[in-house]
Amino acid sequence: MTAQTASKKKRRIGWGAIFVNVVLVLVVLAWSIPTIGLLVSSFRSRFDIQTSGWWTIFPHQEWVTVAEFTPGPEVDRDGVMTFEGVSGTFQELRDGIQSGNTQVIWIGNKRIGRVVVQEKQWTAGNHDFTLENYQTVLGGKSFEIKQPDGSTITVQGDNFVNAFLNSLIVSIPATVIPILIAAFAAYGFAWMRFPGRRLLFIIVVALLVVPLQIALVPILKLYVGIDLNGTFLGIWLAHTGFGLPLATYLLFNYISTLPREILESAFIDGASHFTIFMRLVLPLSVPALASFAIFQFLWVWNDYLLALIFIGSKPDVQVLTQRIAEMVGSRGNDWQVLTAGAFISMLVPLIVFFSLQRYFVRGLMAGSVKG
Amino acid sequence: MEQITEPTEHRPVGDKEVQSKGALDWLATNVFRILISLFVPIVTFIGLYLGFIFLRDSNAPKGVVAIVAIVWGVGGVAALYLVSNWLVEKLNDEWRAKIQPFVFVGPAVAILFVYLLYPTVATFRLSLFDRNGEVFVGLQNYVEVFTNRSMFTAFRNNILLWIPFGALFTIVLGLLIAVLADRSKFERTAKALIFMPMAISMVGAAVIWNMIYDVNPNIGMLNWIYTSLTGNSPQAWTASNQPWNNLFLVVVMIWLQTGFAMVLFSAAIKGIPSDITEAARVDGATEVQVFFRIMIPYIRGTIITVTTTVIIFTLKIFDVVQVMTGGQFDTQVIATQFYREYFTARNSGYATAIAFVLLLFVVPVMIYNLKQFGETEAF
Repeated sequence: MTAQTASKKKRRIGWGAIFVNVVLVLVVLAWSIPTIGLLVSSFRSRFDIQTSGWWTIFPHQEWVTVAEFTPGPEVDRDGVMTFEGVSGTFQELRDGIQSGNTQVIWIGNKRIGRVVVQEKQWTAGNHDFTLENYQTVLGGKSFEIKQPDGSTITVQGDNFVNAFLNSLIVSIPATVIPILIAAFAAYGFAWMRFPGRRLLFIIVVALLVVPLQIALVPILKLYVGIDLNGTFLGIWLAHTGFGLPLATYLLFNYISTLPREILESAFIDGASHFTIFMRLVLPLSVPALASFAIFQFLWVWNDYLLALIFIGSKPDVQVLTQRIAEMVGSRGNDWQVLTAGAFISMLVPLIVFFSLQRYFVRGLMAGSVKG
Repeated sequence: MEQITEPTEHRPVGDKEVQSKGALDWLATNVFRILISLFVPIVTFIGLYLGFIFLRDSNAPKGVVAIVAIVWGVGGVAALYLVSNWLVEKLNDEWRAKIQPFVFVGPAVAILFVYLLYPTVATFRLSLFDRNGEVFVGLQNYVEVFTNRSMFTAFRNNILLWIPFGALFTIVLGLLIAVLADRSKFERTAKALIFMPMAISMVGAAVIWNMIYDVNPNIGMLNWIYTSLTGNSPQAWTASNQPWNNLFLVVVMIWLQTGFAMVLFSAAIKGIPSDITEAARVDGATEVQVFFRIMIPYIRGTIITVTTTVIIFTLKIFDVVQVMTGGQFDTQVIATQFYREYFTARNSGYATAIAFVLLLFVVPVMIYNLKQFGETEAF
């Protein structure tokens, strides 16, 4: 009796585990397929992309032509014809007749058409993989590309190296500057006493969820007035401004909970606020700083709206997201370069993601409320 | 939290000794001090300004510019703090105690005023003026925002399609995956792969999904599946069948955000004490009952947080729509309308009114945050 229930329970758990894992695998597949498709396509030639789906690189069953011939004049084209053991009228043959593993199709017109015999076979297709797309996207010069028919065409490169460097120039200071400013402010709010302290911090909390659209027009006007539009300084400061409420709030939560005894003993030893901040508080806050840094870095790297507004159409300063968005508009059907470009822009975030996953998750969880 | 009291015996340079050495010495020392105090900030500012000019006008190779820019930007801010603190430390104790907090907090407060507080007021002011910001029109722009047909479509898309479908699927899928992953052996891998889209920019995601929705069945996977299953001709998913084409854009957001919901739910589920769920199972509760009667009530707080976050995120959605359809085919949302009205139609009054309406939507969350903050003991 007990043995029976035990085995019954075990079997139920067994089936449950299989169900759980199968569903999970399906969901994971569905979630990964879009990215895999992008990656595979970025290595395929223009011709391949236009003529076969990227998924055909995986083994699949497909009709493969095994014979092709032109029927002689003796064949009665208005009656029932028989080829390779398959018979049918012209109309039926035009639509293709399947019998078992073979398919016969009449291609072309009645008088001079051809007959194609196909068999269903397992295949992984015939694909050329190439690095040309990356060459085209990264380079700034023009390239000669060989077409499948032997002719060559000249394409203008998309100069993504430049945009990549711009993304770095924008992202690194736009990550470090707000963290530095926020860390000073968080220390000030947590361990110093001054008039207006509570009110100022309430303002920080209130600004946490403010949508940044509210600020764009006045800041743009200001920037145009002082000639800061389209400069790195302008976009750094904009990212700093919009990242600051969250950074200050998060770092305050961390710094205010540092053990009092450590800071007090440093004071008794005669250390100034500045020394304590640099020597004690910053090193102790590394986990919080790292989490926010990763969140802010990815936010800036992936940002499109602020770049669009404060960098605009200045090609020297444009970042990756802008270049890609522009390419979607101008070369929306050149999937070979679009996919390569998109993958280049994803490279840095993906490296950050897979190497610093733990901090990354923490940072995103903490930073999700950002306006 | 209490304030740390600074020890009084700590003094940088004793002023008394200086005074006793006679007026001339005193004057010389202080003039020297003042000169240094002026010299250091001025040199710092000149250095920073030269860096700015170099970055704006130089034709140096991109790699050099990149390094100079990063060093200048990061080093510049650090230098400003160092110099201002150095100046403050030169003051006597009383003044230092008064001014030093503002050296720490001041820059952050100043930036918040310039980048968020002042613009909010300025945006509200502009929204009461006409398209060029010259003639006062009262609430006319707001009347227009709520009666204009195109804006009506944007509100419909944002509030009736994006928020309900986007939030619902993100939460439900996130919760289901979290529960499933919790019972699987390859939990970590599965969670990493589902979370990965969070690392990708929305522009990148737009490229990925544009490709999936492409009309050519050799490029668009959805059309390949659709045509081979039904035999119909391929569809332009994001353009036809309005307003349901919006849902194909919502899918992109669900793909991006589900990982986020999953991670938070997963952490919450792991926080449920296992004796509670075990006790329920021993008493004969089915897995479904355990899920609805124990897990859901237990992680209610997390569900509310995630829902709020996803709704705010959805309300401000811009990149996906802008890159995938440009707001055409009746797919516009509030944020793309704002962009269009300001940058294409050049109507500053109307555009700022849209931005202000967007702010009004998040006011309840803002009030909730402030209430939560008021209850904490931090201050």
